[in-house]
Amino acid sequence: MALVLTEDQQLLKDSAKGFCLHNAPIDVLRRLRDSKDETGFDETVWAQMIELGWPGMAIPEAYGGFEFGYGGLGVLLEETGRSLVSSPLIASVLLGATAINKLGTEEQKQEMLPAIVSGELLLALGIDEKMSHKPASVSTTAAANAEGYIINGCKTFVLDGHVANTLIISARTSGEEDSEEGVSLFILDASEQGVSINRTWMVDSRNAANISFDNVQVPKNAMLGEIGAGFAGLDEVLDVARIGVAAEMLGSMQEVFDRTLDYLKQREQFGVLIGSFQGLQHRMADMYSEIELCKSTVRAALAALDNPDRTAKEIAIIASVAKAKLSEIMEVVSNEGIQLHGGIGMTDEFDIGFFIKRARAAQQFLGDASFHRDRYATLNGF
Amino acid sequence: MSALSDFQASTRAWLEENCPPSMRTPLVQEEVVWGGRRPEFVNPESKLWLELMSEKGWTCPTWPSEYGGGGLSKEEAIILSKELNRLNARPALNSFGISMLGPVLLEYANEEQKMRFLPDIVHGKTRWCQGYSEPGAGSDLAALGTKAELFGDEYTINGSKVWTSYADQADWIFCLVRTDSDVPKHTGISFILFDMTSEGVSTKPIQLISGSSPFCETFFDDVKVPAANLIGELNAGWTIAKRLLQHERTMISGFGLANDSGDKGGTTSTVATLEGAAMHYRGDSDKISDSVLRDQIAQFKIDTEAFAFTSQRSVEESKQGQGPNATSSMLKYYGCELNKRRYELLLKAMGSQSLGWEGAGFAEDELQITREWLRSKANSIEGGTLEVQLNIIAKRVLGLPDMLSMSKK
Repeated sequence: MALVLTEDQQLLKDSAKGFCLHNAPIDVLRRLRDSKDETGFDETVWAQMIELGWPGMAIPEAYGGFEFGYGGLGVLLEETGRSLVSSPLIASVLLGATAINKLGTEEQKQEMLPAIVSGELLLALGIDEKMSHKPASVSTTAAANAEGYIINGCKTFVLDGHVANTLIISARTSGEEDSEEGVSLFILDASEQGVSINRTWMVDSRNAANISFDNVQVPKNAMLGEIGAGFAGLDEVLDVARIGVAAEMLGSMQEVFDRTLDYLKQREQFGVLIGSFQGLQHRMADMYSEIELCKSTVRAALAALDNPDRTAKEIAIIASVAKAKLSEIMEVVSNEGIQLHGGIGMTDEFDIGFFIKRARAAQQFLGDASFHRDRYATLNGF
Repeated sequence: MSALSDFQASTRAWLEENCPPSMRTPLVQEEVVWGGRRPEFVNPESKLWLELMSEKGWTCPTWPSEYGGGGLSKEEAIILSKELNRLNARPALNSFGISMLGPVLLEYANEEQKMRFLPDIVHGKTRWCQGYSEPGAGSDLAALGTKAELFGDEYTINGSKVWTSYADQADWIFCLVRTDSDVPKHTGISFILFDMTSEGVSTKPIQLISGSSPFCETFFDDVKVPAANLIGELNAGWTIAKRLLQHERTMISGFGLANDSGDKGGTTSTVATLEGAAMHYRGDSDKISDSVLRDQIAQFKIDTEAFAFTSQRSVEESKQGQGPNATSSMLKYYGCELNKRRYELLLKAMGSQSLGWEGAGFAEDELQITREWLRSKANSIEGGTLEVQLNIIAKRVLGLPDMLSMSKK
């Protein structure tokens, strides 16, 4: 397993870093927030990302992608995490395209993947129904009828749910509410009759929606994967996204750390640089160590995704390792980022506050640290 | 590539043929081989295994063959280590000569010294101990006062060391001594080797909280040492000392890699896994019933996996050019904290069965856990305390300013 970036990955990372620094700094997010932007992401920046081929990074060449692997997509996410880029890269590409690529029929892939690469299609994945992530807990129903299925229920915390033109949702075709059996996935148009989308304004200034389904009729071929056996596939898709979000958090925590370290080398109190205080030095050294562990974990998890010999269970374990570890350390680093900046860290004018806001949303998204520790224990038989 | 696969095939075949059956079973404490002039082989196959391995130089696989080493490339050494792991083969030789002294001799000793000392390390003929800490020089190691004065072509050494691991059983010592007292403390230290049977050397074991005595106080009273035993340049011993500490930290950080089936860091317990112990002692069948403990064990195991990835990344990065560096402080710090956490969790997992000291009512391995738990507390003190490691990271990796130098201004 290679835990050091390849030369190609390093080149991609460097160019992504330059792009984010110049074209998508935090100011862009600040402006989107302050102007209460309709879409919640910068269309020019997204158009440039499409031009750079970012959405196609992990998609096979046969469907218009570049087949550069999740290792490639991972370094992009890491760099976007550094400047908190809000874009459809997570909802439409990391979640949406992965779902289609892993679970779709040949026809569905041919139809949708090239459209994701070109940016025509924006996907959103509706999974959660409760306040905390629990993907098997599905009470939305899909009842079979002559034309296909009738869907009723609601989804919450649907990332980019307000701008996506196509939705992928989980719904129950049989079984009890918390059962993994009987979960199916459906692809449907966001403008379908009976779909109502309520945008939520989240603390991280990214965009999510609560979506309800009131007798929404979808055809038979709207199903993604097998009827009633959708959970296993869904969890594999979520594992890819959990690792991807861990990569994004890795970028964010490194940025917070770097900014904080710079500050400790500039700020004087008591006639000396505050970075000379051992009480602060040890906290920084400890965080440095934790971030090094986070970096190795993300590299290992991305490498596992690109390794065809890894089983779904092995991927599940490493995904939970990554999401648990990164979520835990993201909380520590984002808190320390504020504390070590002192009063200025509490001001909106200063950027560090944007990181703690994004941190909590990223931590909870697709399962927080305790969700993944529980999952890790279960997967390992204890 | 094919040369490497040839090497792998021949290594596998050789090990299959030569590794004695009992050397493929988990190592027990009494059978650890330390070598030396008075070697102890509780198991006769340990002796054979040491002879076979050291003949090939595989006790020190990457050392040059002219000094008795295996002369292997890093890639070949990794293959050898994988093949040894495949058989669960025991290490043929445990030695501070291999893990600490040898690497700095290769870097700093002159040709004659290398020829003189390295082959005996490879073959386990000399058992070494480390003369670093002193009663007044612990974390502030450079404050050491053991004095070496040159008279003719001999040094006379006076002073004492403490925490000298196995000094009472070692043949030779690598020792930091003060050779100049009139200069700043770091610049008057030299690195010297001498025989522990020299007149004037005495040792006294220190009993630890775990009940065992791996460390000694060591006293030097007019000990005469040939000047030719000084390594590197006079008064430039601090550089060698720091380098050796990096090797020591890398070795100690390996304790954090002791996974649940592991045999590193002094863990030879048959309490196979942490979660297994938690379930066994609670009578749980498929899930640890104490949900808080279950969460803590999961968190620990996740950190252990993340640490193993980091050690592996550090190896991959060092293959690309850098030797052990300040990262060794990070690995040492984290690895030791992990090992200590592991024992605290074991105690929680086993309940009062982990608190036996001796006698009836406890299995052998349960009693051993009690002692190992206490022993693990030294992990973050030996080889530089955790606080010293954090200082090194802050200063050398993060480039944070030094409080002392700022206040002196």
